Amino acid sequence: MSDSAVEIRNLTRRFGSFTAVDGISLDVASGEIFGFLGANGAGKTTAIRMLCGLLVPTSGLGRVAGYDIMKESERIKRSIGYMSQKFSLYPDLTGRENMQFYGSAYQMSSTDINRRIGELIEQLDLGDFVDRLTGSIPVGWRQRVALANAILHEPSIIFLDEPTGSVDPVYRRSFWSLLYALAEAGRTIFVTTHYMDEAEFCERISIMDAGRIIALGRPADLKRDHEATTLEDLFVDLVDGKGPRA
Amino acid sequence: MAFLEIDNLHYRYDETTALDNLSLSVDRGSICALVGPDGAGKTTLIRLLCRLIAPQTGTVSIDGEDLFDVATPLTDRLGYMPQSFSLYTDLSVEENLRFYAGVFGLTGSAYIEKRDYLYTFSRLGPFAKRRAGALSGGMKQKLALSCALLHDPELLILDEPTTGVDPVSRRQFWAILDDLRRAGVTIFVSTPYMDEASRADRITCLFSGQRLATGTADEVAATFIGSILRIDGVADADRLARLDALAGVTAQRFGAGVHLYLPSDMSADEVMPRVVELGIPRSAITERTPSVEDRFIQLMSGAGESEADNV
Amino acid sequence: MKRIRWLALKEFYHIIRDVRSLMIVIAMPILMTAMYGYAISLDIDNITLAVIDHDRTSESRSLVERFYASGRFVSPLHDVDLADPTATLRRGDAVGILVIRPGFSEAVAQTDDFTLGLTLDGSDASVANAAQAYVSTIVAEFTQDRLLPPGAEMPGIRISQTMLYNPDLKSAHFFVPGLVAVILLMISALLTSITIAREKESGTMEQLLTTPVRPHEIMIGKLLPYIVIAFLDGLLVVLFALVVFGVPFAGSVGLLIGFGIIYVAASLAIGMLVSSIAKTQQVAMMIALAATLMPSVMLSGFVFAIKNMPPALQAISHIVPAKYFVTIIRGIMLKGSSIEVLIVPALSLIAILVVLMFIATRRFQTRLA
Repeated sequence: MSDSAVEIRNLTRRFGSFTAVDGISLDVASGEIFGFLGANGAGKTTAIRMLCGLLVPTSGLGRVAGYDIMKESERIKRSIGYMSQKFSLYPDLTGRENMQFYGSAYQMSSTDINRRIGELIEQLDLGDFVDRLTGSIPVGWRQRVALANAILHEPSIIFLDEPTGSVDPVYRRSFWSLLYALAEAGRTIFVTTHYMDEAEFCERISIMDAGRIIALGRPADLKRDHEATTLEDLFVDLVDGKGPRA
Repeated sequence: MAFLEIDNLHYRYDETTALDNLSLSVDRGSICALVGPDGAGKTTLIRLLCRLIAPQTGTVSIDGEDLFDVATPLTDRLGYMPQSFSLYTDLSVEENLRFYAGVFGLTGSAYIEKRDYLYTFSRLGPFAKRRAGALSGGMKQKLALSCALLHDPELLILDEPTTGVDPVSRRQFWAILDDLRRAGVTIFVSTPYMDEASRADRITCLFSGQRLATGTADEVAATFIGSILRIDGVADADRLARLDALAGVTAQRFGAGVHLYLPSDMSADEVMPRVVELGIPRSAITERTPSVEDRFIQLMSGAGESEADNV
Repeated sequence: MKRIRWLALKEFYHIIRDVRSLMIVIAMPILMTAMYGYAISLDIDNITLAVIDHDRTSESRSLVERFYASGRFVSPLHDVDLADPTATLRRGDAVGILVIRPGFSEAVAQTDDFTLGLTLDGSDASVANAAQAYVSTIVAEFTQDRLLPPGAEMPGIRISQTMLYNPDLKSAHFFVPGLVAVILLMISALLTSITIAREKESGTMEQLLTTPVRPHEIMIGKLLPYIVIAFLDGLLVVLFALVVFGVPFAGSVGLLIGFGIIYVAASLAIGMLVSSIAKTQQVAMMIALAATLMPSVMLSGFVFAIKNMPPALQAISHIVPAKYFVTIIRGIMLKGSSIEVLIVPALSLIAILVVLMFIATRRFQTRLA
């Protein structure tokens, strides 16, 4: 595997006459926590779907986990984990059943699945929440179970699409410590969020607007270069320069 | 007397107590932000205020009138924006507005006037013909807010209005709330985000149905017990472990750096040399003013230890 | 294989954890069989018939007795107003009025021609038809018994009606097996039509597609548990038909079970195809209903004979799975047909199943790109 977990050049995706992603280029190093920011409708979700092998790009080049996103989407799927707070679990299944199900989707053996579930209960401190229907547990725990689910098959890259919407700060901080621990263990974290305090937690961020990447770098460097006090000011300046400032 | 007075409100589902003798007051023309973890009772409180459920004991009055007295006509004084998008996705922006206006009996020129006023607020005018389902997250929220404002409510109740909305739209949304406040509307808003809560006149932290703290953002932050040191530079697991091992101190990774939480009986000067001993340059260490979020996390983690301290 | 097993197991959890839907799935086919079974049944009894007997002889009274003793007719609660007899019909007191003019007994004695008057409320055509038919039968039986040596032509009191059917044939025997076919098809297609749409709506489909699962595995995994459910439904409905409608069972149980499984699988495949196209559960259910109910009622031979249809409709009927199963289930239950007779419709069902699943998988696959 190459050093870059994600390597894309001029990636473009059009839907009819609408260009959702307009020639973006990006490198994310292995073990990096990368924040993929942008306004609603800027094209983030389309971009992530291409990286996860869910959508075929219209043009451009890209490798995820060392595999070509044009031709090797099946291999990519085996090397990545995907989580979005809203969508990833079946609410009428328990956390354990969800994991058993997804584990089998990755063709893991029952022994491996059970071993991993045991490890993850420990690692993510899931306790007995793992045996309750995921639809009936608090959002903060549901999101931990969703994370466990996404990393069950030990992917080298984890994509998280707005994983912490509607979760209180205590849960969010503990969730981020889990992400740090995963990154330290060598996994690449690729995360989108609308919350700029979370963006501060990332090693590098990019900001997308209207299908293009308009800023890329370390949060501290970006703030310095654009003379912004906070990432939120930076974001609002870049995306909506003429907008109202409250 | 405050505009909204909540007095000894108690609400119990079969086994669980959702609100435990809660008292709270909100002044006319102010914004009160409600924060608290999942299951703290936020939703129950909002449902009570919207008169969707009735409490076992306690009273709520709005402008001196009893909320739970069925004879009190309140629907025209109260605007509510629920958490999930509650508009008709297959109707256009304009059609949604007209429908809700019809529900509140607002027709003819009065409606047109109100609609145009709301368009200037929300800047949705150019999208009047667009179907609500095709709006972006931020625009949806502004449309939902507009619908809740059609009948000029004096009290506006918002349940997590900006979840999943990008920073630009959130700023615009809060700018609208500021304008409304200036126009004398009392706003009660729940949010999981501390940076938003900080923009309110008062923050109320709810936990297990009880009020843990009330006050302005600065007041709440000032009740933080202990102090915080920030160490810049990416920390590896090893360095973090060594910092965390320092007696009495808790270390937590925080973006490109580490936060050291010091107990109240320990001064920064006392800890500083011990940190420098670990090979960290003095220049990388700064004292950090505790934020509302820091206090909130402290309250949540040690909930009960400083029960209902009023600021 | 392991993946398919878990896909099926997961689907099974969805089914059994949603108790209310499960109850509906089990109760609905039985309710429908009961309702349609009785509603479509052409045996109409207890028709109110008023009789105005101007003859007032023992002969005329014995004819009237025959009507009420037949079980087909009951007398109205109110007597007929002789000045305005049709008022009885207008008020709905009776469906028909039979008028026996004076001279009936003499005509019978002399085997003269004689005409009975029958006025019917035609607003409910099926009841009126039935009444007509019963009246002629009863009158024929009467004259037969009274007047004629067996086989002789009856000269007189005949009401010349066309018999639309033989009222003594229990129509349930003929209709209920066909009904089983139609109901199973509809329920099965509904069951699967929402499964993929539901995952698209909730977003779990997106998660599923980030895994290396293949479309055909999703399709087969989803199909398997529903075969079990739909098969149980079929079993219940057939038992219900046997017990409640007294439908005979002449043939092999094993054969019906085997063909039944093939049939529900083909029906479920219709739902899968719908599901792979529809975006929302609502749309999926509408399409599934439209695609199953109309063709299977009209073009399966369940009510209307396919032989008598125009060639275009006959051609379409070949792709209606219910057509084959109506033949199979009637053959097995009523005639006791053996496998040799039924192999062609059975193979046709298998062909339909394979083609539908193939198209559904392809449709589903193209949606990924």
